[in-house]
Amino acid sequence: MIEFILVNFFCAGVGTMAYAVLFNVPKQYYFWAGMTGGLGWLIYCFIAHIGGAAPVCTFCGTVFVVLMSRVLAVYMKCPITIFLISGIFPMIPGSAVYYTVYYLVIDELTQAAMKGVLAFKLAFAIALGIVFVVSIPKKWFVWERLMRKVNEKSK
Amino acid sequence: MEQIFHLEQEKIEIKENKCEDIELQDVLELALEMGRTLLRNGAEIFRVEETITHVCNHYNVKELNLFVLSNGIFITAEKEGRETYAKIKHIPLSGTHLGIVDGVNDLSRRICAGEVELAEASVELEKIAARPPKRPYFRIIAAGIGCGCFCYLLDATILDSLRTVIVTMILNIFLVFGYRAKLSKMLVNTIGGCIAAFFAILICRENGIVIFSSVDKVIIGAIFSLIPGVAFVNSLRDIANSDIISGVVKLIDAILGFLYIAIGVGIVLATYNNIIGGSIL
Repeated sequence: MIEFILVNFFCAGVGTMAYAVLFNVPKQYYFWAGMTGGLGWLIYCFIAHIGGAAPVCTFCGTVFVVLMSRVLAVYMKCPITIFLISGIFPMIPGSAVYYTVYYLVIDELTQAAMKGVLAFKLAFAIALGIVFVVSIPKKWFVWERLMRKVNEKSK
Repeated sequence: MEQIFHLEQEKIEIKENKCEDIELQDVLELALEMGRTLLRNGAEIFRVEETITHVCNHYNVKELNLFVLSNGIFITAEKEGRETYAKIKHIPLSGTHLGIVDGVNDLSRRICAGEVELAEASVELEKIAARPPKRPYFRIIAAGIGCGCFCYLLDATILDSLRTVIVTMILNIFLVFGYRAKLSKMLVNTIGGCIAAFFAILICRENGIVIFSSVDKVIIGAIFSLIPGVAFVNSLRDIANSDIISGVVKLIDAILGFLYIAIGVGIVLATYNNIIGGSIL
């Protein structure tokens, strides 16, 4: 079990980091981009483990990745895009798209339709996850202002 | 007499206006250039609008009208009811360089904090925009490792992951040449899909027999480096920020990318299928 978690975390993290390199992200963000991808994928695996369907897993993973990217973006003062784009890559439904084409080619149209709808569902789950978290007002993520308020109240 | 006097007064006014305009124009040129650099390198519409508005506000350009699309910026600034500056800039949809986005973002923050003068800022912006992308061999290795890792996540064996690394590196060598030769996106994606499928079939053999369970995984892993993830994610974020037009344009860009890859892979698989006779596939 622990082995499974470690291997998945490591692979997702390193893969995400490699994609951060491909998108020319500055060096100081590599580590956190990798963490975003790895932890997002762990959430995906956890939901899958407790019996969630693939779109639900993707949705939860995406929500986590976007939330973490937003917090990191405020904390490290950089565009959210840096963590978000590479972090979401493990969740992109490449396999569903591939199997759609594959079944189309070998003329099994029922299977192709099933996979096609699955690809659409997964893409929609990602879309929903992103839209939900992006729509949260910006000031909720600005901790300094929050801390200042707490401090003023305590005084 | 009165009319002449009036005219002269207007002339003086215009002259005065021109003196002030120089600074206004400089500010807007800088803001526009920053917006253009951001948009070119994969920033979302919202960030471009915010950056231009922040910079203009910092230099006291108040009456600013701004319209940003995914491939163009329209900007006009007015002063005392008279239009003094208008510019349209066309920006082709192009590659991603998040390092430049981060640099411009940082620059705009420093301008707003008053740490950078106007002239310095434009020099610095040029420097940021000229930041080179990662070296080709570095990109190829990174893509190989990334796709290998993602392939392993799809329940592939370690051997399949290693095969994916090799196929992805071959694919990325083609991509580097494709970008250098400025091939169209459609051609790059279609041929890329072909290459991924072709080499996957070539490499996944044991004792001369093709193993299709691993061909699947190798192809899926390899085409990860073609997938238009940036366009997809950015389009969704634009739509979430109600920049529907740009969002839909980018979404179609992403969907077409998926489609071209599918066509490329499909061509090779179908050809192979027909040659063998369909019994194995």
